[in-house]
Amino acid sequence: MNAPNRPELSQDTELPLMQVRGLTRYFGARPGCIDVSFDVFAGEVLAIVGESGSGKSTLLSLISAQLKPDQGAVHYQMRDGVNRNVLELNEAEQRLLMRTDWGFVHQDPAMGLRMGISAGANIGERLMAIGARHYGDIRSAAQSWLTCVEIEPDRIDDLPKAFSGGMRQRLQFARNLVTQPRLIFMDEPTGGLDVSVQARLLDLLRELAANLGLAVIIVTHDLGVARILSHRILVMRRGRVIEQGLTDQVLDDPQEPYTQLLVSSILQA
Amino acid sequence: MPGDFEKAMVRVENASKTFVMHLQGGTRLPAVAHARFTAVRGECLVLAGPSGIGKSSLLKMIYGNYRCDSGAIHVHHQGRYIDVAQASARMILRLRLETVGYVSQFLRVMPRVSAFDVVCASAKAQGMNDALARTETAELLDRLHLPKRLWNLPPATFSGGEQQRINIARGFISDHPVLLLDEPTASLDAANCAVVVELIAEKKRAGVAMIGVFHDHEMREKIADRVIDVSQFSAREENCG
Amino acid sequence: MIESPHETGYNFAYLDEQTKRMIRRAIMKAIAIPGYQVPFAAREMPMPHGWGTGGVQLTAALLGPEDVLKVIDQGADDTTNAVSIRQFFQKTAGIATTTRTDEASIIQTRHRIPEMPLKAGQILVYQVPIPEPLRFLEPRETETRKMHALEEYGLMHVKLYEDIARHGYIATTYAYPVRVEGRYVMDPSPIPKFDNPKMQMSPALQLFGAGREKRIYAIAPHTRVASLDFDDHPFKINRFDRPCALCGGEGVYLDEVLMDDRGQRMFVCSDTSYCESRRAMGHGPVDASAEPAR
Repeated sequence: MNAPNRPELSQDTELPLMQVRGLTRYFGARPGCIDVSFDVFAGEVLAIVGESGSGKSTLLSLISAQLKPDQGAVHYQMRDGVNRNVLELNEAEQRLLMRTDWGFVHQDPAMGLRMGISAGANIGERLMAIGARHYGDIRSAAQSWLTCVEIEPDRIDDLPKAFSGGMRQRLQFARNLVTQPRLIFMDEPTGGLDVSVQARLLDLLRELAANLGLAVIIVTHDLGVARILSHRILVMRRGRVIEQGLTDQVLDDPQEPYTQLLVSSILQA
Repeated sequence: MPGDFEKAMVRVENASKTFVMHLQGGTRLPAVAHARFTAVRGECLVLAGPSGIGKSSLLKMIYGNYRCDSGAIHVHHQGRYIDVAQASARMILRLRLETVGYVSQFLRVMPRVSAFDVVCASAKAQGMNDALARTETAELLDRLHLPKRLWNLPPATFSGGEQQRINIARGFISDHPVLLLDEPTASLDAANCAVVVELIAEKKRAGVAMIGVFHDHEMREKIADRVIDVSQFSAREENCG
Repeated sequence: MIESPHETGYNFAYLDEQTKRMIRRAIMKAIAIPGYQVPFAAREMPMPHGWGTGGVQLTAALLGPEDVLKVIDQGADDTTNAVSIRQFFQKTAGIATTTRTDEASIIQTRHRIPEMPLKAGQILVYQVPIPEPLRFLEPRETETRKMHALEEYGLMHVKLYEDIARHGYIATTYAYPVRVEGRYVMDPSPIPKFDNPKMQMSPALQLFGAGREKRIYAIAPHTRVASLDFDDHPFKINRFDRPCALCGGEGVYLDEVLMDDRGQRMFVCSDTSYCESRRAMGHGPVDASAEPAR
């Protein structure tokens, strides 16, 4: 006989920042993503894990409105408090969202940065895009964000080309964070980096997410990254979410055969 | 006040857990069957029994780290009971933040965070201000005889005993009404064990309900208010019958 | 009724009537949406790209038998490019030409706006090499068109930001981007930024033609044209610290001319017609000894 309380209903009055419902997308006959639903709350880090081809990157493109689904909805709590289906916003609204309240960190910094312009301008671009017209202000914002992501502020006029892989990723963070977004999408942000560089980046990410109260949806094939960063995890296979829950619960007590296989395949350091 | 004081903080009701090893042909490993016990404020309940009987698994189920297949695990949280077995991931995270602390044998650390900051962050997570958190962190690390030269180093390279003391400090500095202790003294020397005994006594006085696993008999004698034999919840015999 | 061409064998002003109609439609659209780049089916002209084929097609579509054409290149009427384009239209349209700004009904230009203020009824035709102001920062045409459509012009300021970061001031001195009537950001073609203020509220119609890139855009008469800048780095034009060495004109754009191979040089009006008309009116060097520079 269970106690007659419904904790979720009584305390979880807070609305999700994003509600994903029934997202489905086929590429011809090949399923990219099938009937995916989940919520993301403010300040929460959600990891989407799975092998290449599992549909995790497709899912990321769908929820960030870069790819149109065959079916489904992505509801987002806009800054003005209104809940909108992102997929029904017009392109101008989607792009505005993407460069103000959202951020996107790519695995390849060349996709997320403008490699031919200075670090300061990379950071300032979003501000200028929303109308900042005071050079001095833009520059000091860029400097303080460089400091936040642990890049010496005197590198402000250097091109990203002159930066190491880890610095480029950190510059990507700064470029995204300058408009104080509430949700950041990340696609394998530590992929291709040395282990020590990865560790620093992960730590920085964790700190930033916690201090800024960011919601992060991070796609990774690295369960170690998911464990360190995320509160919750979605395991994808062949386009479907086969298991989801508390990160340490899913990793320490995996239920699905495939999740058990994934977890047992991790190299223990 | 006394009634409130004796209120059950954790009520485990008929909780069962079986591991299904899909990679081994679906082998079923029963871990816990029909566990039933209660821990109240200000007591330290020790789970006993031979190793492999499911003591740690039970703690992990209470913490929400392992799923509970059936039954319920009610934890008193902010004036009401939350069933960990049914709670959402977010609810469990809130429980861990505000109600249930966990001290394990192993320290999982972030690569660059110093020992001091690991402990300090735990204090601040519940809203303690920075200055107080730092003072209390220093006091606790001192009490646990952690050499000052280690304070500002990340604990990844520490010895087992040093790491464990960080873990203990992190668990005891916070103000959780429920504390789960999974062999926290396994690799500690006598002096530090004695500190842990003191810390547990202080928590009892503060009304904290503790559920622990201690292999060391002497330790168990010193801290246990009650001992529960977990083999009575073991699923082994059920398996035969 | 088309006048018979001066040189037989060609239609009036070289282009066939269908093509001219197509270009005029593009012009109408461009005037209706100031600053917007209208695609058009640019034809091959009997001159290489880079010699003003965009401007020439505009001029060909605009010319009537009564028009008086002036052609300048870097402000000068007597350079090869200007002379050959003028001769081209003399031959194919038989129209009158002039070097005087105030006499011309159509002025085709490369890299300058005449010093003499333009009047209502005049048309200034710019030759444009690269019409897309966002091109150097965003190479994808699909993306730049979207940026124009959605008024996403942050990138233009990124370019100016880079200038200030590198040089301490906005170092862009020509092809300086402008915002037209508060909407489209436009490349004014490689005119010096000195000329930018002349576009603002001009009573003349300004048309821009890019032959290779097949784009036409326009600034209708009396349209607001603002040069982009920052609040703390406002748009400024370069002032010359001396008058023209020939006519003594001040507040005009000067070219540096090398006098000999010992480094003797002087600064003279880039707008040759303006310079000549001033001299014809009796103006001369402010100080006869001023020509030799250090």
